[in-house]
Amino acid sequence: MALDSKIAYIDLTTGDIQIKPIPLEVRKKFLGGRGLDAYLLYNHTKKGCDPIGPDNTLMVSGGILCAMAASATSRCHVMAKSPLTGLLGSCNMGGFFSPEMAWAGFNHLVIKGKAKHPVYIYIHNGEIEIRDARDIWGRTVTDAQWAIRDDLGDQEVKSMVCGPAGENLVTYANVMTGIKNAGGRSGMGCVMGSKNLKAVACRGTMDIKIAHPVEALEFNKRFIEQITSAKVNQTQGTIGTPFIWGATNSWGGIRCRNFQYNQCEYADDIEPEHLDEIATETIGPYHMTGCFGCQVHCRAQYKIPGNGPYAGKYDEGPEYTSQGAFCGETDTPRAETLLVSNHLVDQYGVDNLEIGSLISWAMELYELGIITNKETDGLELRFGNDEAVIEMIHRICQRKGFLGDALADGGIPASKKIGKNSFNYLIQVKGMSNLHSDERGTPGLALNISLASRGSDHLRSRPAIDLYHLPQEVMRRIYSNPVPYDGPLSSEHTEYIGKAWQVFWHENCYMAVDCLGICKYHTTFLGATLPNFEDWSKVLFYNTGLQLTPKEIWEVAERCNNMERLFNLREGLSKDDPEKGDVLNHRYHDEPARRGAPEVVGRLIEKDKWLKMRAECYEHKGWDENGIPKPESLKRLGIDNEPSHLV
Amino acid sequence: MEQMGKVLVVNYEKCTGCRLCELVCAVKHDGISNPARSRIKVMKWEQEGLYIPMSCQQCQDAPCMNVCPVKAISRDEDLARVMVDYDKCIGCRSCVAVCPFGAMNFNVIDRKVIKCDLCDGDPQCVRFCDMKAVDYQDATDVSILKKREAAKKISLAGKQAAALVAQA
Repeated sequence: MALDSKIAYIDLTTGDIQIKPIPLEVRKKFLGGRGLDAYLLYNHTKKGCDPIGPDNTLMVSGGILCAMAASATSRCHVMAKSPLTGLLGSCNMGGFFSPEMAWAGFNHLVIKGKAKHPVYIYIHNGEIEIRDARDIWGRTVTDAQWAIRDDLGDQEVKSMVCGPAGENLVTYANVMTGIKNAGGRSGMGCVMGSKNLKAVACRGTMDIKIAHPVEALEFNKRFIEQITSAKVNQTQGTIGTPFIWGATNSWGGIRCRNFQYNQCEYADDIEPEHLDEIATETIGPYHMTGCFGCQVHCRAQYKIPGNGPYAGKYDEGPEYTSQGAFCGETDTPRAETLLVSNHLVDQYGVDNLEIGSLISWAMELYELGIITNKETDGLELRFGNDEAVIEMIHRICQRKGFLGDALADGGIPASKKIGKNSFNYLIQVKGMSNLHSDERGTPGLALNISLASRGSDHLRSRPAIDLYHLPQEVMRRIYSNPVPYDGPLSSEHTEYIGKAWQVFWHENCYMAVDCLGICKYHTTFLGATLPNFEDWSKVLFYNTGLQLTPKEIWEVAERCNNMERLFNLREGLSKDDPEKGDVLNHRYHDEPARRGAPEVVGRLIEKDKWLKMRAECYEHKGWDENGIPKPESLKRLGIDNEPSHLV
Repeated sequence: MEQMGKVLVVNYEKCTGCRLCELVCAVKHDGISNPARSRIKVMKWEQEGLYIPMSCQQCQDAPCMNVCPVKAISRDEDLARVMVDYDKCIGCRSCVAVCPFGAMNFNVIDRKVIKCDLCDGDPQCVRFCDMKAVDYQDATDVSILKKREAAKKISLAGKQAAALVAQA
């Protein structure tokens, strides 16, 4: 039974391991995955702790539906205080790791302390062992995983590892599993590295009883059909996430040359169809791969073509984020640069989005003369220089040279080392770089990134379906459930009206799916017909026996989002702080978009309207005008007495 | 009688490696999520992107059937499958040892051998596989389809050879 799954508290300093059940009361309040992690983080870290010190606590979890019959129940969530932002650190990855952990008997791990030398944690059918990883330390993401399999003599072991970037304490290092399943953003791999923890390895053959197996199987079939019948998922399943590149670039939603343009001038070379032509084993109907139990199979596979130093290397992707990070922002839209960069970040285990964004920021600083050949050690760090992009990935992950070392600390610390007015050019929220998307034409999306709990992020609350200009009645149907809403809604993506509610709705939608442990492509993220609260209520009941109404799941999501907010406020978030606030870089408000569709050219985010929208969103969330949850809101959600140490 | 001679066909080139077949197999048979209970298993070489679903071939002259000391294994010709009679089975695992495909499994939790029973004619692995990397087809059609695939390759190779000659 999923509800029997355990939580383990592991202290790497002392080697102490405690295994406990997860009380039903806690499950009902926080479900599992990201939601319960947020509760554990607030309860198990000391205020103001050093993110790379032994007091920081690393949570590793699967959702409450992990490994069950509910389509793509593969998501693994990792949380800690972020070394990049000093606020909430959180990442989510697919693959096969968290189901294996569930079959090994665990849904949640709480890891604290610091090991004396490199170790890895091995979890096998209810038992946990801390093993020597000195021989594995220093290895790349995939090499480390294969070495662990050899060490244990079991090729079925699934591991979550940090790569060399995590070992070198790059503040945005990823946790990784498989070839490229990446828990990116906010540096959870760096936290692993700081604890001398190279990996968590799992192997399990324990039963997870399904509460109503016949119904679960039949509902799952219908659920999958709902998911795979969406055109957006069929396209993803054929060419992967790069399918949105062309459209987004043509209307003017791609950051180019850091933040100077909102469109890449020539980008056909990195279109998925072209990658398919030049790279062997690449995208197309028979070259896609998927995470556990998923019928969307959105991951392409490729081998690097040509005669270069990386020719013939196998990898998966590249995703849309890599296209933006290594082609759009740096203005190097060339296929080989994309495929090689993507391979390097997968092997180093570093966030593609953050590293690409920081490289493009440094390129703008170089072109403006804010940094010179002295800081770059002679590297011509200009936009359009493909070799410079590749070189900077190596330097940052190995912390080589002044600039490599500075950028490895993250944007804000680097801006302090570089000085002058470099911070003004840094496109970030709460210290985390923005996705390569340009939100000047889409106020709803701009509000989303400024409010995201882990710093600038599109996966926390992005109302992406806003771009489809959905008819009013469709919008009404989606956004008036499971709680009523009769305020305004606009089908126009360039509008400000009603967007605050949409952001609030999607924030709860994505939190709910992260608690359940299902992929966001299986929810109302990119497709308006995809499942949400009502479907989850059924799928949760059939699989676990837990009876929660759609509205109760919504409340769980609200509760967990407020837990995250409480943590951020405790660690110093203040709404108008340019470094730790709910604000956008001034360029969103000062520089009009220059390229793209007629309705986008000339647009910027009007500050007064944007502030009004933000205040409106705070109100929906039950927060006061300073973005602090009101006491009555916390009381309503039953978290007015935190930390409450239920687990 | 329409289902006579239907077989499970694996086309591993189509497999995305998601292992949903393993999940639904275990849920269908035991009401439990646990790949150790699955009759089908996807073997993987992640670093090559190679995923191969492995299951019982329902052999005509089945080694498991031949080796069984208590004659617990027999062919069910109605569904063209090999079945285990658990009233006779003594759990000696000789069948596991001789199966050339590793398709006879030993479930350590219930301590008994398990194998694919084609879900009595509605294999769930097939039903849930969107790619149809695992399919359930009439045995006659299987070889026709394979012939067509092979013939296409030969024809393509011929055209490419002709193009090379033309270039030379």
